[in-house]
Amino acid sequence: MKKITTKTVAVLAAAILAAGTLMACGAKEEAVEVNEPVEAKAEEQAVEPVEEPAPAVEEEQAVNVSGSISMAGSTSMEKLANAVAESFMAKYPEVTVTAEFTGSSAGIEALTAKSVDIGNSSRALKDSEKEAGAVENIVAIDGIAVVTEPTNTVAGLTKQQLIDIYTGKIKNWSEVGGEDGVIIVVGREAGSGTRGAFEEILKIEDACAYANELDSTGAVMAKVASTKGAIGYVSLDVIDETVTALALDEVEPTVENIKSGSYFLSRPFVMATLGEVSEQNEAVQALFEYLKSDEGKEVITSVGLITVD
Amino acid sequence: MKTAETNKLSGRKQNKSAVEEIAQIVFTICASFTILAVFSILLYMFLNGMPALFKVGIKGLLFETVWKPTAAEPQYGILYVILTSVVGTFMAVLIGVPIGILTAVFLAEAAPNRLAAVVKPAVELLAGIPSVIYGLLGIMILNPLMYKQELALFKDSETHQFTGGANLISAVLVLAIMILPTVINMSETAIRAVHPSLKSSSLALGATHMQTIFHVILPAAKSGIFAAIMLGVGRAIGEAMAITLVSGSSVNLPLPFNSVRFLTTALVSEMGYASDLHREVLFTIGLILFVFIMIINILMERIIKKGGNMDA
Repeated sequence: MKKITTKTVAVLAAAILAAGTLMACGAKEEAVEVNEPVEAKAEEQAVEPVEEPAPAVEEEQAVNVSGSISMAGSTSMEKLANAVAESFMAKYPEVTVTAEFTGSSAGIEALTAKSVDIGNSSRALKDSEKEAGAVENIVAIDGIAVVTEPTNTVAGLTKQQLIDIYTGKIKNWSEVGGEDGVIIVVGREAGSGTRGAFEEILKIEDACAYANELDSTGAVMAKVASTKGAIGYVSLDVIDETVTALALDEVEPTVENIKSGSYFLSRPFVMATLGEVSEQNEAVQALFEYLKSDEGKEVITSVGLITVD
Repeated sequence: MKTAETNKLSGRKQNKSAVEEIAQIVFTICASFTILAVFSILLYMFLNGMPALFKVGIKGLLFETVWKPTAAEPQYGILYVILTSVVGTFMAVLIGVPIGILTAVFLAEAAPNRLAAVVKPAVELLAGIPSVIYGLLGIMILNPLMYKQELALFKDSETHQFTGGANLISAVLVLAIMILPTVINMSETAIRAVHPSLKSSSLALGATHMQTIFHVILPAAKSGIFAAIMLGVGRAIGEAMAITLVSGSSVNLPLPFNSVRFLTTALVSEMGYASDLHREVLFTIGLILFVFIMIINILMERIIKKGGNMDA
């Protein structure tokens, strides 16, 4: 009996020790994170005097940039952020880029709370966010595609038809030139960047009659692909053969058409910073330089997005 | 051996008391973690949930039906959402509880041993299946089924909005299945705890087995079964993952073929992108959910206590 008690106590004590160690680790990590921006700043100051006399070699020296960049925000920007982080870290091995995908608003909130360096937002910043100090840097443009279930015979809609479908005025595919069948209106939840962009572009903010409000792009794709008569909207880059992407006003949803401005459903991808980019630490500045470079543009187009200029 | 052990014990009395003390401290610390967690959650929910209640106004929040949190003039009426949670849970309990209790009776009283050996593990397996799996099955099986009913029922309806099968019934059916293991296991325990003398007396007085079950055993196990029902209600009202997949998630009056949003799914679906007052209102929804769960817990405590008194 006694042996068992002793053993139990020993195990408990060990567990508590382990828990304590873990917690201490957590605390340490936090402490490191808090320190980093300060270190980076210190480095920046130390490096600057060296750079100033020789601005011509700045680009070559940029390879030596070190530090860390943390970003958080839009789930729609997950592909972009991961691709950029990966290729950027390959070019600047001394820099670590971490990205979290918590939603546009949560990302900007984290930015203004100074817990991240970059807040990703898949919509233009709100006035309240700009007042809090967030600066809008548009790094790419995303097209929104309207998708239907593949057996649907309707190949395109006009802007007005799309508006009428989403506001509930048109309820049957036969009214827009398709076969007789009910329309299942699928959309995203309030606050979603895609929904915000979609409704804003069509000027039907909060006038939509959704039969399904799903909380991710993947869920919309799955629902539309499996439900006869369904219509939904998703980012252009996730389109695959399980759904049909509709032409709008007789313009196909392609990169060329979005760039030329003839396809009307598109939205900005914003990497917001607290204050102008030029006020950021060296690593963050390097990231924005990188996004403007040809290499960076290649990364942006590789994930189905459209570059800004 | 035994004497040696006793000698050892008495020989290390001081040592033992030290171990006892340490154990006491360890247990106290562990217990206080739970209390700390409960109170900090309580405090956090009230601090975050109350402000929006006053900003929007109790009437504007609890008794309005329009949910447009991102409109230029946002409206945060969650009456339909609350109603959906209440109606949905009630319907799920209405379906799940009779099946659950009767299964428990079957397992404890009527089942042949071999059959019980199959049903019992099956029920336990049901309890272990992650809720997202229930949701996926709901999408793949229930929704298409409901879509067919919907197309047939509302063929000539001018006003019905077609949902593709994502509706209240789908969510209720998923919930009903999900509360089964809770209800079955707790009820079975309660039924098994009924003293055998009651059953023997009833049988000896000439009652049949079924009469004994319904007139003696079930009434005697009443408090345990009520506790099982309350736990089932708690499970149903707190479930999010499974029903967010099958309910359609639009804010509507909870009618059988309407796409509906529950308190839990309202939180799950919009928390990621919500900001400002919208976010605060979501915390208020969390607070309301929390209050519901607290009420259920208090009711359950009362029922169990009352049952205990009755037995004594």
